[in-house]
Amino acid sequence: MRQLRRTMLFVPGNQPGMIKDAGIYDQDSIMFDLEDSVSVLEKDAARFLVYQALCSIDYGSKELVVRVNDPTTKCGIDDLEAIVRTQKAIIRLPKTENAQDVLVCQQEVERIEAENGIPAGSTKMMAAIESAAGVLNAKEIACSSKRLVGIALGAEDYVTDLKTRRSPDGIELLFGRSMILLAARAAGIDAIDTVYSDINNEEGFRQEVELIHQLGFDGKSIINPRQIKTVHEVYTPSQKDIQKALDIVDAIEEAHRKGSGVIALNGKMIDKPVVARAQRTLDLARAVGVLREGGEI
Amino acid sequence: MEIQQTAVAGTMESSDIMVTISPNDGKGMEIDLDSTVEKQYGKAIRKTIEDTLKELEICHARVRAVDKGALDCAIQARVKAAAYRASGEQAYRWGDAVK
Repeated sequence: MRQLRRTMLFVPGNQPGMIKDAGIYDQDSIMFDLEDSVSVLEKDAARFLVYQALCSIDYGSKELVVRVNDPTTKCGIDDLEAIVRTQKAIIRLPKTENAQDVLVCQQEVERIEAENGIPAGSTKMMAAIESAAGVLNAKEIACSSKRLVGIALGAEDYVTDLKTRRSPDGIELLFGRSMILLAARAAGIDAIDTVYSDINNEEGFRQEVELIHQLGFDGKSIINPRQIKTVHEVYTPSQKDIQKALDIVDAIEEAHRKGSGVIALNGKMIDKPVVARAQRTLDLARAVGVLREGGEI
Repeated sequence: MEIQQTAVAGTMESSDIMVTISPNDGKGMEIDLDSTVEKQYGKAIRKTIEDTLKELEICHARVRAVDKGALDCAIQARVKAAAYRASGEQAYRWGDAVK
C-alpha cells in the first residue's frame, strides 16, 4: 500500500509534552523539528530529546521525519549522527537551494550508515525548498538522489526571499508550488505543501487545502492537530468518485476480456490517462480505508 | 566523562524535567529529586537518572532534578544534555543503532 503523506505534523524538537502526544492524532507523518523552532542555545538538548523519543516511543505506523540543521555545520552533522543511527526517521533537509545541498547531506548520511553497520541507502530523505533559487532548481533537487521520497515548499522563507508576503489566495506561491509539483512528478516522488499559520481561520485553511489538492500535491505540512481533519476530508475520494473509478476499471477489464481495443463508458471514451486516474482514486480510497478489497465502499 | 562545572537542561513545563548537574569532588552520586509524581515514580526516576549517568561513565556528580511528569526518554535526554554541558564535552557518543 502506498505511503500516505496527506498530513505532516510539525513538532518542535525541544517540547517533551508535544513529542509525547504526537502519536495520538490521526496524521500520516510526524515531523520533529531541530531547526527553526529550536533556539541556538537549545540545539543539543532538542537533539537528545528527539533521539531518545525515536529510540523509545512507539508511534505506530506513522511516518517519522526529522528536520535537521544545515548539514554543512557541526550542528547539522551532529543531528545526522544522532538521527541516522535510530533508523527510524526520514531526514528532512532545510533550505535546499540546489542538487549539491542534497548530495552533501547524502554523503554524511552514507558515512554514518557505513560506520554503524546500517544498510546503505536505507535512510530516506526529503528536501524543503524555501527560496527563489531553490524553486528555480526544483527539478535538479528532486532528481538528485534516490534517497529522496519527497520535496516540500517552505513558504515563509520563500515569500520573504520574493520580497512579498503571504496573501489569502496564495497567488504569490502559485509559481513556486507549480515548480515543486512538476519537479516532484518528473522525479516520481511526493510533493508536500507548506504550512498554513492562521490556525483559527478554518475557512481559509480549507480553501488552501482544496487549492493544493487540485494542483496535485500529495499533502500538506500542518502545525496543529486541529488541521488534520480538514486535510483528510479534502483528500478522501467521494463515494461518487470511487463509484466512477470502479466503473472505469470494470469497463476496462471487461474490454480486455472481450479483446476490444476501444472502450467507452456512458458514451465517453476511456483512454489510458482516465484509467490511471481511476486507479489512483481507488488506491487512495483503499489507503484511507473508505474502500475495501473486493470493491465495497 | 567528568563534570567540570554546573549546567542545566530542561524546563519547568509539564512533561519536562529540569536537571542541574554540578561537580561532586569524588563523593559519588547525589540525586535530589522534586517530582509531581514522587510518591508513585520517585524510585524509577532516580534509577533512570543514575543509569543515564553511568552510561556516560560519570561516577561523581550532584544532581538536582525538578520533574513535571517527564517520560523516561525525556529524563534520559535532559540528563544527557546537562551532563554534556557540565563536562564541556562536544563529541557526542550516541548509542548503537536501534534495531
